[in-house]
Amino acid sequence: MSDALRPLIVGAGPTGIRAAQTLVDAGIRPIVVDEAAAGGGQIYRQRLVPDERTPRDLYGSETGKATALHETFARIRDRIDYLPQALVWNVQGKAADVAAGGRTRRLNFSHLILATGATDRVLPFRGWTTPGVFTLGGAQIALKSQGCAIGERVVFLGSGPLLYLVAWQYVKAGARVAAVLDTAPFSSKLHLLRGLLSQPGVVLRGFRYAAELMARGVPVHFGVEPDQIEGETRVTGMIWRERGKEHRLACDAVGYGFALRSETQLADLAGCRFVFDGRDRAWRPERDLAGRTSVSGLYIAGDGAGIAGADAAELAGERAGFAVLEDAGLTVDRARIAVLERKLAAIQRFRDVLEAAFPFPDKWANSVDDDVLLCRCEEISIGQARTAAREQEVRELNRLKALTRVGMGRCQGRMCASAAAEILAAAHGQPLEAVGRLRAQPPIKPLPLGIAADGEAA
Amino acid sequence: MSRILHKDVAIIGGGLVGSSAALALRRMGLSVALLDKGFCGAQASGVNYGGVRRQGRPPEQMALSQRAHVIWPRLKEIIGIDGEFVRSGHLKLARTEAEMASLEAYATRVAGFGLDLELIGRNKLRERFPWIAGDIVGASLCAGDGHANPRLVSATFALAARRAGAEVLEHTPVSHVERVPEGFHLSAGSGTEIRARFVVNSAGAWAGTFAEAFGEPVPLGRIYPSMIVTEPLDVFMTVNIGAEGGGIYARQVERGNCIVGGMRAEPTVDLDFSRPTGSGAVTIMNRAADLFPALRNTYAIRCWSGTEGEMSDRNPVIGFSRTTPNLIHAFGFSGAGFQIAPGVGEVLAELIRDGESRTPIEAFTIDRFARMDQGSPAGSVPEARKRETSK
Amino acid sequence: MALLKRLARHKLPPVTFTLNGKACSGRAGDTVLTAILAETDRLRLSDFSRTPRAGFCQMGACQDCWVLAGDGERIRACSTALEAGMNLRTIAEPRS
Ligand SMILES: Cc1cc2nc3c(=O)[nH]c(=O)nc-3n(C[C@H](O)[C@H](O)[C@H](O)COP(=O)(O)OP(=O)(O)OC[C@H]3O[C@@H](n4cnc5c(N)ncnc54)[C@H](O)[C@@H]3O)c2cc1C
Ligand SMILES: Cc1cc2nc3c(=O)[nH]c(=O)nc-3n(C[C@H](O)[C@H](O)[C@H](O)COP(=O)(O)OP(=O)(O)OC[C@H]3O[C@@H](n4cnc5c(N)ncnc54)[C@H](O)[C@@H]3O)c2cc1C
Ligand code: FES
Repeated sequence: MSDALRPLIVGAGPTGIRAAQTLVDAGIRPIVVDEAAAGGGQIYRQRLVPDERTPRDLYGSETGKATALHETFARIRDRIDYLPQALVWNVQGKAADVAAGGRTRRLNFSHLILATGATDRVLPFRGWTTPGVFTLGGAQIALKSQGCAIGERVVFLGSGPLLYLVAWQYVKAGARVAAVLDTAPFSSKLHLLRGLLSQPGVVLRGFRYAAELMARGVPVHFGVEPDQIEGETRVTGMIWRERGKEHRLACDAVGYGFALRSETQLADLAGCRFVFDGRDRAWRPERDLAGRTSVSGLYIAGDGAGIAGADAAELAGERAGFAVLEDAGLTVDRARIAVLERKLAAIQRFRDVLEAAFPFPDKWANSVDDDVLLCRCEEISIGQARTAAREQEVRELNRLKALTRVGMGRCQGRMCASAAAEILAAAHGQPLEAVGRLRAQPPIKPLPLGIAADGEAA
Repeated sequence: MSRILHKDVAIIGGGLVGSSAALALRRMGLSVALLDKGFCGAQASGVNYGGVRRQGRPPEQMALSQRAHVIWPRLKEIIGIDGEFVRSGHLKLARTEAEMASLEAYATRVAGFGLDLELIGRNKLRERFPWIAGDIVGASLCAGDGHANPRLVSATFALAARRAGAEVLEHTPVSHVERVPEGFHLSAGSGTEIRARFVVNSAGAWAGTFAEAFGEPVPLGRIYPSMIVTEPLDVFMTVNIGAEGGGIYARQVERGNCIVGGMRAEPTVDLDFSRPTGSGAVTIMNRAADLFPALRNTYAIRCWSGTEGEMSDRNPVIGFSRTTPNLIHAFGFSGAGFQIAPGVGEVLAELIRDGESRTPIEAFTIDRFARMDQGSPAGSVPEARKRETSK
Repeated sequence: MALLKRLARHKLPPVTFTLNGKACSGRAGDTVLTAILAETDRLRLSDFSRTPRAGFCQMGACQDCWVLAGDGERIRACSTALEAGMNLRTIAEPRS
């Protein structure tokens, strides 16, 4: 039976690794494909080459989890077929197109687990394309994987737990953080008290980061309305408003983001039904607790299935692995499944607390100026999108794309689609879900024209 | 929500054919309802390759094609935008002597239609188009042809029709059409009823059911051409490229992206939709990289496909129904309707206003297939059921 | 002037490469993005307004870090490891 099982796992982050482990433990040999050079995913990303820093320097309080995950992956390594630095660029039926090293081939699978994770959700404001501006995730990667700060005087801006974490990691690593600008009011943080009972570790850690930042003299501002990043060819300063007053700060780099957005293109190409997730302010694949999507044999888990964080990712990956086993008629550990589902449910409740504590900047869509770039690839302005909404009566995202090119560039809307949806919804005063979502198109990331095609592989 | 609309003309399908007809009819003062099951111009008309070419069309399409030809450069005046139309020329390549012979034969066949085709030999081609690689025997250039942006052109024709007073109802699928003494009753969407004196069936690949409902079954199949687009690049491709015998066509837009087609996609479970196959996309990419050295180190950023109605003889159906007065068909453009659609729109409007068009369309009658079945020559069947009344 | 500031990995072996014809040196384990932005402050000009860009996400999502390597090859700087002898060029010429 299990001979015929050929599950493909896309992504070797916490989700993918735990899913793979679960399958391996049941005697099945999955294929694991990941674009990165090494396993670990975003949070437990590994360096390309070891250096003087210890795991503790890199992963802090999460060192135990990081090391455990890396060890697991090393342990199962020869019982999986692992393709690093390989991009799954298309899924069709029971096959995936995978590009690596200048060649592309088609991999057939019996089951597909999408563990594709997330990227920063960004909102444009004036100056966001200036050299020296990076996403929070980008700023963190520079530090963790490359041992670099994004500048000499860095401002961190946005909303979300990552804001404080990355700022704290920078300070710890010896970088100079000029300020932390939180777009949410201070009062929003009181919601965290609600989470003290269920996830005390996470909440206390968060408070510790903030306290240590302030103790080291890093100014932390709340209720910030970003106005612009200054600088012609690179960042020279940051201007924002706070309680109606304008503030200006000299800096040479800005790291910013507003929580995360799921990578869902492959699920879309595979034909999964989507539902609107009010908390994530985004459409995501419909799935049950175990990660089953509306397409039989296709599972989705971790941050790619809706943002729930790294701990949930590990649990959900394992749960999805079990789901494959169950659906293949194999016996599974019911007690373990019950534990996983209970823990996942608890984390989901805690996500509501986090959302309240780090809310989305609601005012942005109505206050951002017309001449700010919306789509950084095609260089389409907010005003062009608003005009299309108004004058061409555009109410739907793909229509906006067709008529203005927003989301039509190299990144396929990864950087602009969330913002474009907010703009379009605000322009007509319609609910966010009503504007729909951008349809994914293969290749989901750019593919060289001269790529060599290999035949089908099992 | 239920409503009843009274219009002179109800148009089923807001592709470029239906939208341009709607606009032309409004200009003539007739009242129009333009109905589409989705967004206007989101099907074939909005996702096609964007080739605006006469070269390669059969002689019977020439008059229509020439009529459209004079509309394209006037888009700005007609719909308010130029639709990125450029008269780049269309260069059809021959990769073998046989293909070159075929290009020469074609040039002779259409000599009287004013395409001004220029046949170019191997060496001259090298000289004039050094960015084309490979063993190309020769080519035929139609300098007056070009390309345009279908996304913009088709949606904007519908918008222009709306601005000119047409009632444009999107996301309003027509579910039922019925002939009644005063004209037609149509049911569409949830609760929209339309009373119209004329109906235009311009439902593209979906037009067959409406023809059949009036006793006119047609051999209308579906094709799904697929396309890739590159990242924006330095502009080098100065002409719209085609190939005798097919396999590749390519153009570059002013912003720098190259659009390349030449393969077919596969329908999804829902036959209304299709998607490019991975291997099909890579095949097109490789062909492009081989033919155009400038593309060798570049990337494809997207591919897509569309659903197009294709007739068994690859000519469209245009004209009055043979069974039902005041019903007009215009569909089955078989992969080549983008260029002629604006001309077709004007012809349809003329048919409704005057009962006939100044452009010959006899070759496109709907009953030609029935006649072929029965082996009877054209002309031996009853006249088309034209108009009963007109304003 | 450099955009990125190195805080760690100082002792890793140097990796030499050329950037716009000039001999430079990065570190083992650098990405191309790091190696270039530790030397200068941009990777490319944007496609249409020709304004400078220096990447954004560093994780292969934004596609704003393409540079030239070898004989005209394009590479995504943040997801390509630096290799000795690389002939890297920022995209500094406006498109024609
Ligand atoms: C930049 C960033 C930084 C973060 N930092 C922290 C942090 O410090 N602390 C914290 O608690 N949480 C952090 N998070 C959130 C945390 O990373 C996630 O909750 C967790 O990593 C989710 O695990 P995952 O396995 O679902 O996805 P990921 O860890 O994101 O892993 C997904 C993997 O899939 C691969 N992949 C995606 N698409 C494809 C494809 N088409 N083909 C091949 N491979 C593909 C990716 O390369 C990646 O390795 C961060 C998230 C981001 C985006
Ligand atoms: C990928 C592709 C590439 C092509 N390239 C070229 C090219 O380069 N040059 C060229 O000349 N031609 C090209 N063509 C052909 C050209 O696009 C078509 O011939 C032309 O657009 C047909 O226009 P249409 O209005 O008849 O069809 P469509 O644009 O398909 O319009 C039909 C409309 O009818 C609507 N409809 C269907 N059923 C109903 C219903 N029940 N109720 C209401 N509305 C309904 C549909 O939603 C649709 O919008 C290409 C086609 C495709 C698909
Ligand atoms: S910096 Fe975003 S893709 Fe490289």
